[in-house]
Amino acid sequence: MPIHLEIVTAERVVLSDEVDQINAPTKDGRIGILPRHMPLLTILDVGELDIIKNGEVTAFAVTGGFMEVLPTRVTILADAADRADEIDEARAEEARRRAEALLSQRRSDQEMALAEAELRKALIQLKVAALKNLKQRNQ
Amino acid sequence: MPSTREIRRRIRSVKNLAQITRAMEMVSASKMRRAQRNVLATRPYADRMLDVMGELTSRAVSRTGTLLEVRENVRAVAVIFITPDRGLAGSLVTNVLRRGSRFILDERQRGRNIYTMAVGKKGRDFLARTGQELAAEVTKLGDYPRLADILGVATNMIDGFLAGRFDEAHVVYSQFVNTLVQRPVIKRILPVEAPADPTGASFDYTYEPDRDDVLRELLPRFVEVQLYQAVLESIASEHSARMVAMRNATDNAKELQRDLTLSYNKTRQANITKEVSEIASGAAALAE
Repeated sequence: MPIHLEIVTAERVVLSDEVDQINAPTKDGRIGILPRHMPLLTILDVGELDIIKNGEVTAFAVTGGFMEVLPTRVTILADAADRADEIDEARAEEARRRAEALLSQRRSDQEMALAEAELRKALIQLKVAALKNLKQRNQ
Repeated sequence: MPSTREIRRRIRSVKNLAQITRAMEMVSASKMRRAQRNVLATRPYADRMLDVMGELTSRAVSRTGTLLEVRENVRAVAVIFITPDRGLAGSLVTNVLRRGSRFILDERQRGRNIYTMAVGKKGRDFLARTGQELAAEVTKLGDYPRLADILGVATNMIDGFLAGRFDEAHVVYSQFVNTLVQRPVIKRILPVEAPADPTGASFDYTYEPDRDDVLRELLPRFVEVQLYQAVLESIASEHSARMVAMRNATDNAKELQRDLTLSYNKTRQANITKEVSEIASGAAALAE
């Protein structure tokens, strides 16, 4: 019995599919979701979201949001979700450098927080992209 | 009567004008279609969020200190003007500005302080020109903004509300009804209106870390997405209003061109007639 998974952001529906397992980064640590999970509403953290379907793992980079878990249905309301093979490594790298430059200049608190968030997002995207490259090489 | 050369020149310039407005009409038409798609694309997120919020607020939660807090004594109000950056969109901008200023006047009359914020150049310029207190602004969003583009204004709005600088926040924007109808509307987005109890099957969720934490994280995002939706609707309205305005302009130019062509022909014919009669009377004078 698969789980119906939907990943939506404010801008689009990123994914709508039947999957077997979901490994998600939550504020309280990584959790794995299998079918017939108890109803759960949790806050997502910045990190890598893995979706397992027929033994195949697809990685997404998420930067926070919510996950609603029902026995046969999971909805992820993500702030931003990028599929690993959609992540433009160069772009992520550039965003990281921009954020770092901004951090080193040290401006107002709000800009600091924004830059920090940008940096974390860029780092996680780079990590997911690197992981994917590694997997491809091993195959 | 103007000379034929002058009329010919005017016909040419009207023709060029019609070509330009026709091109702008087509550009707006394609941008409108994409803007409409973008509006629809945010619906699933907002709808799912409403479901979750209904679930969260259906049980007693402490509202004070959150974005749900309804304050009895409203002393100050924030108004967010969402307008296009550019004109040439018929009466769209005027309508939005008029709706917004009427709201400001009404609220002032009730003794409330007004803070304004602007998304889009037309609204910003208007607020600056009329000497309003402009608390935050963002312009040059382009035709397909991302959620991140409006976060600056959203954050200012949320922080101002929580800090008690104002007790309510309203957005004024142009609602996209259909291609021909765009309605200026004003909508309260703070405090957040908790959705009515979900009537469907309710699940006994476990919340992690807990219910209040989840709600606290959820509310700002709900406000952000509402602002984002208003901006996208405004953009869809802008393009359809511009498309219609440009179609009218093209039609008018075509009509003007027809009129001018007619008077050109009349003038030309009158000149020929005049010349012929001059020659004829000259010849008649010689023959005598």
